Amino acid sequence: MTDTAPTRTLIIEREMPHPPEKIWRALTQSPLIEEWLMKNDFQPVVGHRFSFRATPEPNWNGVVDCEVLAVEPNSRLSYSWGSMGLKSVVAWTLTPTKGGTHVRMEQTGFGSEEDAYYKGASYGWQKFIGSLERVVARID
Amino acid sequence: MQSSTDNVFKALSDPTRRAIFEHLAREGEQTVHALTDRAGVSQPAVSKHLGVLKLARLVRDRHEGRETHYSAQPLALAPLIGWMSLYGAFWRDRFDRLENLLKRMDK
Repeated sequence: MTDTAPTRTLIIEREMPHPPEKIWRALTQSPLIEEWLMKNDFQPVVGHRFSFRATPEPNWNGVVDCEVLAVEPNSRLSYSWGSMGLKSVVAWTLTPTKGGTHVRMEQTGFGSEEDAYYKGASYGWQKFIGSLERVVARID
Repeated sequence: MQSSTDNVFKALSDPTRRAIFEHLAREGEQTVHALTDRAGVSQPAVSKHLGVLKLARLVRDRHEGRETHYSAQPLALAPLIGWMSLYGAFWRDRFDRLENLLKRMDK
């Protein structure tokens, strides 16, 4: 990461017909997080360092290193997200609406788009998405 | 890694396949039937194109009843695009999973 590295933000928003309290559980309880995202040792405590883990790949060590940056129950959660060359921050915001919750995820990245390590890492992502899917299918 | 990059380029060298891939990336999961209705070519032709896209890991298939559903796997474009697009696809997929989990939590 250099001072001149561009900062870019990816935003994904969705309305979900569930109360914020319930979505908060899915975002902050380790076994629930594992069901939709990855294995983890997350704890909703500011300063807690944790990682998301997947099966290592030849081009990716299967690890996302994180640190909890903000915890406001049922409303805001943020953690750093570092993996093989990409340094970023993931921030979740839950806003109650009439029919449920507006869920907003912002990922702000620092670092070069051309980072070779990161590109190698991307290949790995794909494979473990497939295996997670099978796990979720079994839970159903 | 080289050969998978080759497969990606080969798969996207055909305009019909590009159209199918773009449609899946934009609209989400579709059945072979729906893709055939839209593509203007026969179902065997569509299935063959989907086979090439699948080999390049640009699409994923899922069987449900008698229908096969296909969805785009934009992460396969890793050699060509940057983290914004990759994570965009990643998180949209994870949002889907999160919603599925929330539905199961009701039960």
